Amino acid sequence: MSKIFGFVLILASFWLISSGMFKPLLLTFGAISIVIVIALIMRMKSKDAESYPIIMPAWRLPGYLLWMIGQIVVSNIDVAKRVWLGKSSISPTIFTVRATQKTDVAKVLYANSITMTPGTVTLSVREDVLEVHALTKAAAEELKKGEMDRRVTALEAA
Amino acid sequence: MMEMALDILSWFCIVVGGFLGITGAIGLFRFPDFYSRLHAASITDTLSVGLIIFGLVLQSSSVLMVLKLLLLLLILAYTGPTAAHALAKTARQEKLKPVLDDNGEES
Repeated sequence: MSKIFGFVLILASFWLISSGMFKPLLLTFGAISIVIVIALIMRMKSKDAESYPIIMPAWRLPGYLLWMIGQIVVSNIDVAKRVWLGKSSISPTIFTVRATQKTDVAKVLYANSITMTPGTVTLSVREDVLEVHALTKAAAEELKKGEMDRRVTALEAA
Repeated sequence: MMEMALDILSWFCIVVGGFLGITGAIGLFRFPDFYSRLHAASITDTLSVGLIIFGLVLQSSSVLMVLKLLLLLLILAYTGPTAAHALAKTARQEKLKPVLDDNGEES
């Protein structure tokens, strides 16, 4: 039941942000749309444990997000520098790292965080081993230190 | 005075974002193989888009506009890594050979 309430909240704010009009007619259309979408979701029976992914302690996410933005800025500058320095400045490698997260959602967060920072891309995930392509050896070493992994695992702990 | 400062900050963000976008595009051509080009494209996906949208947020006149811009950023933040991973994984499965630095030490 609380899941349905969450869906209603998300869908309603999405409707209001994209329309921005508060005339009764349009609000009615919005309400009808929300009912139809939720009916479709129920019919698809896609309400398993992970279709509603906000299961991690939500108050820790902003801290991780801020750290992640910092990482993105730093690695962006690094990769942009190497674009201008040219081919000789990069040393592509493929390597594997271990993900210590227990739940799938946290693993997805970790793999996506790796992909989102320029300089590293997750190629595949098998059980708890991630295959990663890095643009430089330095970026690979940085990731192997496992700070990102540790931070995502810390998010998971309740 | 305040408005002037906001304008300067917003233009700084938009110009730097645009410069990073161009850098990403140039990297797309300069890097040697598919996988490393993917890294260049992810500059455009992340900081470039983020800075441009932040610059536009500083310029916008209503809360609704800010919310719409942030929604745009959220959607891009979801689709960027998803597309990058889909491309990389498909290339890997189809056995596209990467250009590696460490004498072909490849699993």
